[in-house]
Amino acid sequence: MSTDLALQIGEHALLARAEFGKLIDALRGQGYAVIGPTLQGGAIVYSEISGESELPVGWTDEQEAGTYRLKRREDEALFGYVAGAQSWRPFLFQPRRTLWRAKGSAADFAIDPDVRETPRFAFLGMRACELKAVSIQDRVFMDGIHPDADYSARRDAAFFIAVNCARAGATCFCVSMDAGPRAEAGYDLALTEIIGEGRHDFLLEVGSPRGAVIASLLSLRAAGDGDAAEAEAIVERTAQSMGRVLQTEGLKSLLQENLEHPQWDDVAERCLSCGNCTFACPTCFCHTDEDVTDLDGQAAERHQRWDSCFSLDFSYIRGGSVRPGIASRYRQWMTHKLANWIDQFGESGCVGCGRCITWCPAGIDITAEAAAIRASIEKD
Amino acid sequence: MSIAPSRSDPMVPRRFRIVEKIHETADTYTFTLVPVDGETACRFAPGQFNMLYLFGYGEVPISISGDPAAPERLVHTVRAMGSVTHAFATLEAGDMVGVRGPFGSAWPLAAAEGGDVLIVAGGLGLAPLRSAIYRLLAERDRYRRIAILHGARSPETILFAEELRQWRRNLDIACEVTVDYAGTDWHGRVGVITQLVALAGFDPQRVTTFVCGPEIMMRFSVEALKKQGVADERIHVSMERSMKCALGHCGHCQFGPAFLCKDGPVLSYDRIRNLVGIAEL
Ligand SMILES: Cc1cc2nc3c(=O)[nH]c(=O)nc-3n(C[C@H](O)[C@H](O)[C@H](O)COP(=O)(O)OP(=O)(O)OC[C@H]3O[C@@H](n4cnc5c(N)ncnc54)[C@H](O)[C@@H]3O)c2cc1C
Ligand code: SF4
Ligand code: SF4
Ligand code: FES
Repeated sequence: MSTDLALQIGEHALLARAEFGKLIDALRGQGYAVIGPTLQGGAIVYSEISGESELPVGWTDEQEAGTYRLKRREDEALFGYVAGAQSWRPFLFQPRRTLWRAKGSAADFAIDPDVRETPRFAFLGMRACELKAVSIQDRVFMDGIHPDADYSARRDAAFFIAVNCARAGATCFCVSMDAGPRAEAGYDLALTEIIGEGRHDFLLEVGSPRGAVIASLLSLRAAGDGDAAEAEAIVERTAQSMGRVLQTEGLKSLLQENLEHPQWDDVAERCLSCGNCTFACPTCFCHTDEDVTDLDGQAAERHQRWDSCFSLDFSYIRGGSVRPGIASRYRQWMTHKLANWIDQFGESGCVGCGRCITWCPAGIDITAEAAAIRASIEKD
Repeated sequence: MSIAPSRSDPMVPRRFRIVEKIHETADTYTFTLVPVDGETACRFAPGQFNMLYLFGYGEVPISISGDPAAPERLVHTVRAMGSVTHAFATLEAGDMVGVRGPFGSAWPLAAAEGGDVLIVAGGLGLAPLRSAIYRLLAERDRYRRIAILHGARSPETILFAEELRQWRRNLDIACEVTVDYAGTDWHGRVGVITQLVALAGFDPQRVTTFVCGPEIMMRFSVEALKKQGVADERIHVSMERSMKCALGHCGHCQFGPAFLCKDGPVLSYDRIRNLVGIAEL
């Protein structure tokens, strides 16, 4: 039975599985491009969907250091996997974009900024760690004296639907990073998928005025105390089953005081410096600018694209690369993520999503590398 | 201190025209630029830099080497080192360049007031320090002893040679130049710049020192200063790393926790002492 529930921020209600498609319809009806989990090339990939049939119904993922595969579940869960192969990062911080175009010559040229309409995205199925990752990138691109206009516009227009994790993956450690598994803030709507004994519902919580508007367009029914308790228990079980742990106490100074530790050479023997970890990470923000010119040299463009601290070019200044060795590049990545980030932005740059572990072809595990340095220091 | 650029989109360069080009040494040129839009060129603090765009080639970080009291034009000294800077060297008066900035931290001149000031410049490092020297000379009575030390590879590579001569004649300041090697026609000093530090005659308790040059030169200069009893927080160095955005967004300029484009390039030595000397940082 549906009722006309007018939910306020912080209030919740139940959305039946059978009514779920209307959430997507409502978002599309409000002009959002809905981005959600889909099955593509053997992985969960976030991309634009037009209806619930495109969701990965009944699928889950198995992740381990260096491996990822999809498996059928015994139920028909919509969000039964852990985290998509790529995060939501490409939608807000574009992997490639044109900044401006110039026409003319060295004697005289004119510059036109590239102006585009801002897409309005609704992200369906954001994990708590992914939501936290967005707030971390907000600090990089929106705080400070030079906010990035493109990122800010996309970010402000976007609608976030969090889905609390009902399962932890083997490479997950959001609990260590205080980033999950429950979405605490920053969402417009949050869902917990409840499956069992003849029921399949979502406990829906409203997190913003925009979220309340979308909720008002849905067929919801009042949730009982038992529903909220069940949702809570699901998230609690997830928190208890994290696949990995990262001990964060004193980690910043541990890394900053051990820049010449032999473990960096050890990891360098395994690391291929492919940069997969940086491209998969939801918080990495490094990018570069490139100038391209047309053949007759009268039109030039400045492009911006994602870059990785694992590339040799990244630290290039005339005369050569500052970090020619893989040891120094891995050290740059890990000390930035887990230590220097705290000096720069007041919090760690890692949310414990596990992507860098899963997608590393060499199976290098950031939690194990940090633990190895800690163990050697504590032994001395 | 840092002065924000006035442009609304900080990634889009403002257009400037070259009004003067001075051939300084074999590979180094000083350009004077005025804005095409007719507004004030660029209020800046000595030590800051701009991103200079050369049509069709790209963009490079270059320190401002001009006088902060003359913000209606912009002065940059460029050494031809690689693809963009070589192309820069071919520009002439009348050509156009794009400018973003000014960016970064400045030499802490106000904090140095009332004490001695020692300038240690290796090679092209004199360019960002020249702006500071102009300010020091304009406000000479605010400081006690002022000493300028410049080291070059050879007599032919001495930057701003005419101005150095003027500064040497100025009895209000001390100015010494040394070269690494020279022919018999050179009557000046031969030897590394660090030897001059001991001779500069300053009060280590009251001196503020500004050091700029190749990283290795800065390291040895800092050592020489410490040997004279100068505390780390009285030593300021200008660091160089790859720079793309100059806005604190692209990540290229990181040196430990510092973004050199906004926390630097000028940093006080006590902030980086644990990082200096660590290979490939
Ligand atoms: C704060 C600061 C102030 C500076 N002030 C001055 C100054 O006042 N005067 C001055 O002359 N110089 C100054 N420099 C140095 C100057 O910026 C460099 O000399 C200049 O960037 C070199 O550019 P280039 O294209 O000529 O050299 P290149 O060596 O050709 O290239 C430099 C850039 O192009 C890219 N690049 C080119 N080739 C490669 C490659 N093979 N692999 C990867 N990347 C490549 C890199 O991204 C690199 O950053 C300053 C630098 C900084 C950081
Ligand atoms: S460092 Fe690894 S675990 Fe941490 S947020 Fe990035 S990809 Fe996820
Ligand atoms: S740690 Fe793994 S994913 Fe990252 S660069 Fe090295 S090999 Fe590639
Ligand atoms: S140059 Fe881009 S962050 Fe400093």
